[in-house]
Amino acid sequence: MEAQTLYEKLWSSHVVHQEADGTALIYIDRHLVHEVTSPQAFEGLKLAGRKPWRISSIVATADHNTPTDHWDQGILDPVSRQQVETLDANIREVGALAYFPFRDAKQGIVHVIGPENGATLPGMTVVCGDSHTSTHGAFACLAHGIGTSEVEHVMATQCLLQKKSKTLLVRVEGELGKGVSAKDVVLAIIGRIGTAGGNGYAIEFGGSAIRALSMEGRMTVCNMAIEAGARAGLVAVDETTIAYLKDKPFAPKGEQWDAAVAYWRTLTSDEGAKFDKVVELDAADILPQVTWGTSPEMVTTIAGRVPDPAGITDPVRREGVERALKYMGLTANTPINEIAVDQVFIGSCTNSRIEDLREAAAVAKGRTKAANVRRVLVVPGSGLVKRQAEAEGLDKVFIEAGFEWREPGCSMCLAMNADRLEPGERCASTSNRNFEGRQGAGGRTHLVSPAMAAAAAVAGHFADVRELQ
Amino acid sequence: MKPFTVLEALVAPLDRANVDTDAIIPKQFLKSIKRSGFGPNLFDEWRYLDVGQPGQDNSKRPLNKDFVLNQPRYQGAQVLLTRDNFGCGSSREHAPWALEDYGFRAIVGTSYADIFFNNCFKNGVLPIVLPADEVDALFRQCEANEGYRLKVDLAAQTVTRPDGKVIEFDVDPFRKECLLNGWDDIGLTLRHADKIRAFEDARRAKHPYYFA
Repeated sequence: MEAQTLYEKLWSSHVVHQEADGTALIYIDRHLVHEVTSPQAFEGLKLAGRKPWRISSIVATADHNTPTDHWDQGILDPVSRQQVETLDANIREVGALAYFPFRDAKQGIVHVIGPENGATLPGMTVVCGDSHTSTHGAFACLAHGIGTSEVEHVMATQCLLQKKSKTLLVRVEGELGKGVSAKDVVLAIIGRIGTAGGNGYAIEFGGSAIRALSMEGRMTVCNMAIEAGARAGLVAVDETTIAYLKDKPFAPKGEQWDAAVAYWRTLTSDEGAKFDKVVELDAADILPQVTWGTSPEMVTTIAGRVPDPAGITDPVRREGVERALKYMGLTANTPINEIAVDQVFIGSCTNSRIEDLREAAAVAKGRTKAANVRRVLVVPGSGLVKRQAEAEGLDKVFIEAGFEWREPGCSMCLAMNADRLEPGERCASTSNRNFEGRQGAGGRTHLVSPAMAAAAAVAGHFADVRELQ
Repeated sequence: MKPFTVLEALVAPLDRANVDTDAIIPKQFLKSIKRSGFGPNLFDEWRYLDVGQPGQDNSKRPLNKDFVLNQPRYQGAQVLLTRDNFGCGSSREHAPWALEDYGFRAIVGTSYADIFFNNCFKNGVLPIVLPADEVDALFRQCEANEGYRLKVDLAAQTVTRPDGKVIEFDVDPFRKECLLNGWDDIGLTLRHADKIRAFEDARRAKHPYYFA
């Protein structure tokens, strides 16, 4: 048999039916649901008199709108509250394999709770009405974001209409330097290929530097595949994957576990498999990254400077950079480590897992928030992450440093709840998007790793974490 | 879904690349549990000078006169002309809902983000991909000629300029047929219900651990 890529294996094992033009019906194993992109789908289903095809595929939680403090007061914003209550009512009516509602001990960001409960397994197809569903590809499953019409389609048919993607292998070889994390790797990749570089592709991340990452690190990398334009990111199964899943609540047990593991070990790209495109990076060249603009591809290193649009010949690109610098309130050629920040956000489906919090705490330990920094929010990805961090004493490290230790949720990654930037405020953020207004109208976002965010919090400006460790 | 056949309409040019779905419809409007009514908040942060909130009377808000959609010459536009990677970022289907609710039925640009592209077809909005030089020429003509209109013919897969030049575009045959007829995807898929059931049974037998 011809050598296959991991993507091709996942694709071909899920094709139910194919149209003449290649459009295929793909079977969906896991459907993650949250409050923002599901109400219209549930309503559509009801209006058409349809029933969900397979309830046991659904895992749901409320995350985007939920507050991260004063949980005793419930959700104060009535519009947010209505959306969360609508999800409660829909799940009550329809059912699910698992539901982690607001204030549940296991509630959290949908892309954190899936993996930590073993609801995301290698070889699955995983969808969710959220673009960062690419996160789950770290487990060698075909996972991507879908729109609300598709949420309804998956509920009604257990399938999705899809065309096969092209394949892109991003190979990162070598050893990452001290203070350089998965976030820096993926920002460097986006800096290289651009935010449209992955359009039409599924990206497999490979090479020794990716193999050396923990599952948390691999999730960070796959999470931002969508920021490179790819709906899906993938990492092949290895011992790290299997060790992570062992004994997770929804992971198979006993003989089932053995059978599953035997299958999962085949979920790698075959030797000699052909990719449509290959991009290679040397891990040793990757330095701590900081974005300076309003797109994740507008990125440089902590040793870099804000670019000068005068040097750009392409007019569309030049105007884009000029517009970004104006919005960001930055002057060309300013050294990155001289840019002061007003807020710091440590959290989001990109960087809110236990390892991320450990990295941030290692920098914060014994230091305090700089006086010019108005607020540092640390928002764990889930109730389980929060309790693990507290068991390790990380909460105390953060609180002693003057950071705020919050309840889990999406929080200031997209500012649908009360956590947000004021107009003109500048933020060092471990989230995934630095778009205009993303963290609050007029807010200015710089994407960094958890360690770099903590470094900015204690220095008051972007600082090289390698000098603090 | 509204079928899309032929559209002959005014064009509005949005001359920037990487327009993300947060810009198309900001997050505060995602709290709605409906799928209509997003048009007045399309490009909210660019269109108005204040910060918009759901449930506001948008007619009383201060407009950003510099934003292209606020210029009198582009009122009533149904074709949006744009640049690379339109619709990147969040998967929110509220983006095509807002575009459609505002009145846009076709988008012309050089490339789109995958999820957005897909979402458009579910909502009767046609995203058309043309080569960069054709898009450049459309921008030049549109800006130079007030009342600039394009004719989009989905069946023929053509965009016709006012000067008579016909530009062909590609579209997946399956998507094209669905859009021309305004077909409901779910209804189409359920014609294969027996096949789905058979696939599911076989998968359950082979990989029972995915069906716990």
